[in-house]
Amino acid sequence: MSTLNPADHLITTHDHETGHAHAAHHEIGFVKKYVFSTDHKIIGIQFLFTTLLMLLLGGTLALGVRWQLAFPWREMPVVGKLLFSAQGGAISPEFYTMLFTMHATVMIFLVIIPILAGAFGNFLIPLQIGADDMAFPTLNMLSYWFMWPAMAFFLGSFFVEGGAAAAGWTSYATLSANPPAAPGSGLGQTMWLMGVTFVGFSSMLGSVNYMTTIINMRAPGMTLFRMPMTIWAMFITAILQAFALPVLTAAGFMLLFERTLGMSFFTPGGLVINNTAPTVGGGQALLWQHLFWFYSHPAVYIMILPAMGMVSDMISCFSRKPLFGYRPMVYSIAAIAGLGFIVWGHHMFTSGMNPALGMTFMVSTMMIALPSAVKTFNWLGTLWGGNLQFTVPLLNSIGFVSMFVVGGLSGIFMAAVPVDIHIHDTYYIVAHFHYVLFGATVFGVFGAIHFWFPKMFGRMMSESVGKVHFILSFIGFNCTFFPMHMLGVAGFPRRLADPYNYQYLEHLLPLNRFITYSALLMGFAQFLLIGNFLYSIFKGKKVGRNPWNANGLEWTAPSPPGHGNFDILPIVYRGPYEYASPLVEEDFLPQTRFLPNEDRHADPYANPH
Amino acid sequence: MNRFWFFFFSFAGVAAVASFAVAPSMGWWFPAPGPSLSPLGAQIDDLFYMILVITGVTFIGVMIALGYILWKFGSGRGERSTFTHGSHTLEVIWSIIPAGVLLFIALYQMDVWARFRVKSMFDQQAIAHPVAEVTARQFEWRIRYPAPGKTLQDTPQFDDLYTVNDLHVPVGKPAVIRLKSEDVLHSFYLPHLRIKQDAVPGLVIPVWFQCDKVGEFPLVCAELCGWGHYKMKGQLSAQREADFAKYLEELSTSQFDDGVPIAKAEEK
Repeated sequence: MSTLNPADHLITTHDHETGHAHAAHHEIGFVKKYVFSTDHKIIGIQFLFTTLLMLLLGGTLALGVRWQLAFPWREMPVVGKLLFSAQGGAISPEFYTMLFTMHATVMIFLVIIPILAGAFGNFLIPLQIGADDMAFPTLNMLSYWFMWPAMAFFLGSFFVEGGAAAAGWTSYATLSANPPAAPGSGLGQTMWLMGVTFVGFSSMLGSVNYMTTIINMRAPGMTLFRMPMTIWAMFITAILQAFALPVLTAAGFMLLFERTLGMSFFTPGGLVINNTAPTVGGGQALLWQHLFWFYSHPAVYIMILPAMGMVSDMISCFSRKPLFGYRPMVYSIAAIAGLGFIVWGHHMFTSGMNPALGMTFMVSTMMIALPSAVKTFNWLGTLWGGNLQFTVPLLNSIGFVSMFVVGGLSGIFMAAVPVDIHIHDTYYIVAHFHYVLFGATVFGVFGAIHFWFPKMFGRMMSESVGKVHFILSFIGFNCTFFPMHMLGVAGFPRRLADPYNYQYLEHLLPLNRFITYSALLMGFAQFLLIGNFLYSIFKGKKVGRNPWNANGLEWTAPSPPGHGNFDILPIVYRGPYEYASPLVEEDFLPQTRFLPNEDRHADPYANPH
Repeated sequence: MNRFWFFFFSFAGVAAVASFAVAPSMGWWFPAPGPSLSPLGAQIDDLFYMILVITGVTFIGVMIALGYILWKFGSGRGERSTFTHGSHTLEVIWSIIPAGVLLFIALYQMDVWARFRVKSMFDQQAIAHPVAEVTARQFEWRIRYPAPGKTLQDTPQFDDLYTVNDLHVPVGKPAVIRLKSEDVLHSFYLPHLRIKQDAVPGLVIPVWFQCDKVGEFPLVCAELCGWGHYKMKGQLSAQREADFAKYLEELSTSQFDDGVPIAKAEEK
């Protein structure tokens, strides 16, 4: 054992020891410590609680959508009479459009992006690179508190005249640009744009912070190629945010100005919308789509890359085996991010843009499947030959890999322009992006919650409840979304309040009922997660610094780490994936563990061949 | 217990493949009846099946590998894992092969896409004489035909014929429509013909399709266009040439015949 390893007795006394260099921090009051905190761990946990709450809300909105598709125009149980008394307890078609719009908005802007970058990015970056906090703690605090106006705008919009935004989360002009076009195109749409702008502020503050922290504040010895995949993913995600987000913010302001000041950026002349006076014109409807997707396609990777990083860490840890192909994994994340900027047009194959662009975007889109495939093979390579430990994080990570494979392969169909003509805007698309964003990202997050929970709270979550939660979620998820591929092939369009209005879709009603029942199963399974999470915070089994026998720097800090994180400054000697190393007897070799001189060549990254 | 996860994930893979296998017989497949009714649609279906085979083989391969891993290495054997950081050869192999396959898929498709969308590849006779102008608006399809024997003009003519939600085209030959929108985005979707094109406010987009079977087929709006999106339902009627001509004549009669024969004579 190295002398630099924290001695065991420190684990029990960390409450008093951790702040020894920061005596002043003991003075901070409750509000500064837990509410307007500048501590990255508190901010991360604040993000985690908020986003989990929003996950429940977004899921509820989705169940509303599912209810209508399974039992169109029937009285909604429990809440029907309360919410829709005018329609006899059934959803109205305009409310249906708001439901799916706000479901996507909440899930994307208030759950997935902030839970990855906000919760795990905040919590893990300083801990995994060996820093005592973020580079800009106050910006970090603001990045969390800017979420609140966004939430207020999004959720408040349900209660304004006309209701919430109803133009889809993509808010395509001219539907979103002209208040007469839809009931939700009134104040609700304006509030939606304000909400997105605030989420943008939040992301941008986080992004600047993450980049600076990762570049400048790594512990001694933490070279770039000794960083865990989580950090690489967060770093590249932050770069994506920084470059793509301004475009969305600009586009959002253009749309806002068009709606409030009458500037016609997206509305051409002479349109008669809902029998109002013809529009003045001068704008281009396709411009919005280009600007929107220029951000929102990279955003798709913002919504998966951090999960890929975390899953790589978990798979390596629970295979007790080094990550297979560390450098290819890093390069493929970079390739996904780079190519991610030149594929946005694949959302617009049927939009009427120049057909030559369709061909260009098809080739770039096909090529982005390549780094994704490389990552999948490397995950399998990591598992191969390992000594698998079926913990909840590993199960969720295997779930991630298998569903990412489905989501990736189904993407090839829509990347092919001619095939996309048929499946565009059908449930095939819905199946595809739920496999990637829910099947992959959210299962990765489930795993990450279980994995880093002991670091956050010093206690373990229940493994058996976690397994039941995984099994039910996995079954519910696949039964919900896999049949949607078939719906899509059958030409079942998205966003129809009553698809059975078309005779050729009538026979798909039973399949939709099955999907709704599965979605209910999946929805209720989440109470297991919430229950396990809340119970374990107070009653979980107490653990020490490194319950998983993992290698990363975060596991050398106390659980939970005090203010300033590390009681002993970490010095990094090797990469984070030296499991089963022949140099030591244990099957893990922490990054901070000092080995005598002749063995230092064990670092494979120092001498690649 | 550890074998449980092998069975769990393997079952998921088998169920996925099986559900695709039974989908056609359950009616969860391309819109009835059977294969696409248009030559372009048939090509799109072929491409779909080609990709289905490629991705299906890949999926099964990955699932077998995953199953093997779970069986072999998940047995709780307690042995130390293989200490390896990767294999350059393997990385090269599994980069180059998928790259080749993906590039092949991309290039192989270009031709069908060009036939659908590149104007110079359209049937020149058909594009010179569009069947109709289709204007989408909340929440209906307005259709303007030229008078029998005339060619559709950009601006409405006094003898143009109008219908709503009922598009008639001659069967068995390429038909071009000029697609417009009067208010917001809509999408002209003929699921049985595998045709989809957004109607964009401010643009006039020529769309061609060929229906090889006489009959009536749904015309769906596939782009969210407001609260009534779901009820923006139209119909495509593919008719024999003679029936189509007769239909236009009848339309003309019902539109212009006010019972005074002179008006009709003057018009001719």
